[in-house]
Amino acid sequence: MTWWERAYLFEIVRGLSITGGVFLHNMWRWISGRKGALTTYYPEETRADYAAHNRGKHVLTQRPDGSPQCIACNLCATVCPALCIEIDAAFDPDDAAHPKSAARFEIDYSRCIFCGLCVEACPEDAIRMVKEVPDLPLYDRRDMWLKKDELLNWSPQRDVAKPYPPRSGRGNLA
Amino acid sequence: MIQDLVIHAVFIGYALGLLLTFGTVLTWVERKQAAIMSDRIGANRAYVRIPFTQIKLVWLGLFHGLADGLKMMLKEDFKPRSYDRFAYALAPWLTFTPVLLVFAVIPFGGTLVPGVLVPPLSGWFGDRSYAMQIARLDAGLLIVFAFGGVAIIGVMLAGWSSSNKFSLLGALRAGSQMISYELVMGLTVLGLILIYGTLDLTEIVHQQSGVVLGFLPAWGIVYQPFAAILFLTAAIAENKRIPFDLPEAESELIAGYFTEYSAMKMGLFMFAEFIEIAIVAALFTTLFLGGYNLPYMTDSGFVLPGSHVADLPHGAVVVIQLVTFPVKVLVMCSFQILVRWTLPRFRWDQVLRFAWKFMFPLALANLTVTTVAMWALGRVST
Repeated sequence: MTWWERAYLFEIVRGLSITGGVFLHNMWRWISGRKGALTTYYPEETRADYAAHNRGKHVLTQRPDGSPQCIACNLCATVCPALCIEIDAAFDPDDAAHPKSAARFEIDYSRCIFCGLCVEACPEDAIRMVKEVPDLPLYDRRDMWLKKDELLNWSPQRDVAKPYPPRSGRGNLA
Repeated sequence: MIQDLVIHAVFIGYALGLLLTFGTVLTWVERKQAAIMSDRIGANRAYVRIPFTQIKLVWLGLFHGLADGLKMMLKEDFKPRSYDRFAYALAPWLTFTPVLLVFAVIPFGGTLVPGVLVPPLSGWFGDRSYAMQIARLDAGLLIVFAFGGVAIIGVMLAGWSSSNKFSLLGALRAGSQMISYELVMGLTVLGLILIYGTLDLTEIVHQQSGVVLGFLPAWGIVYQPFAAILFLTAAIAENKRIPFDLPEAESELIAGYFTEYSAMKMGLFMFAEFIEIAIVAALFTTLFLGGYNLPYMTDSGFVLPGSHVADLPHGAVVVIQLVTFPVKVLVMCSFQILVRWTLPRFRWDQVLRFAWKFMFPLALANLTVTTVAMWALGRVST
């Protein structure tokens, strides 16, 4: 240490001016009605700057007629490393194109690790992950099983990267 | 006679209210200031719901202090299997009470003449006047240091009677540190006593309402800038706050001397610490920052440099003084919190070396220079 640093006081004043400057800067932002913090006021406010490819929450995609695209093949449930997807299949012999469908499709968000393997395994592009995170601070872990209707209606239209529902004519993924 | 009693009851009520309010509000200030300094929002979830409505008052998290107090009241009062139950129960009070008592001699306002302030009472009060403090003592500054010394006993008792090694280590550290820094604190104040020639805190404040060098307010910090820095440093060390919080260093000693205390007993230690921030600030304000007066202000009004005199009515003076003092104290508290959230903790050997090999000689040198200067200026009668 040089004698300047050894004298404590000058370096302490420098440190105080740094922290005090940050304080005054942030305080001025708060006083003038702006936000003076980097953190998010969580449940009321969510971050807008998630990356486009952020693996936030799952959506089940739908066919143009509104039925879920899932064919209950169980590939996602099989590949899931956290074993948190449960699917019950339904059978409809009258529907020639898609005789199998998911009667029950549930994801346990208390165990999901958001790895995205289910999305990669899906042969039908029936499950996707959007960048918004699930707002799931809950008091009971049993409430964290999300059912099919929630996965369908979790405003999947907000997927900007992959517009939904797929418009016909432009190389859609289905 | 009965008038004196009434006035002093009011003063005591005001002083206690001021201190306890400061103790509570400072927990909030500390949280919020630390948060804003580090780009965070800070505690803001506790609320009071107006009964029978869904209106929740959050008030920027001000109720967190209330929630803390309630929690500490309701918690289980766990007692360790100590061999000295009495000392264990006594220690928090021995820490808390002296801190409150120190404020008895600190003036929070100038002279109060109730008859002039409230005309309907003039018949009863006559022309009695009171200095706005609980006890005006000739030895005011000595009382401050005497009660400061008592606080050590509480800390040592707490550490000793908890029968816990961490507590004992914390108490030993606290004892040696507080005694070392008290010495430095006393030495720095000696220079001021030389200049003002009195130990009476009210008189010290009175003498600070003049002017030096034609324009500077005659504050203690102008006369003794060096002593002011040393005093503040020693006072922070005395208060056992970062960067001198070795006696209660969480990473080494859990909570130091109050490890074995829970519920409101632990709350008393915490509360005492927060009130002591206010006390240190009040003492610094009184000794170095002109006390309850604005610059160039006396009990009768403003005396601006160039002998412009602006007299103020008594009521205005009292209000200005009663507002100025808490504001100055709050600014000093905020500065202490700024220090606490800026500097890292010393190592234990560094704390004592800093006291004895750095601050003590500097304080002595300051005292010597002051003495010589006073002698050279012919202000001391030998």
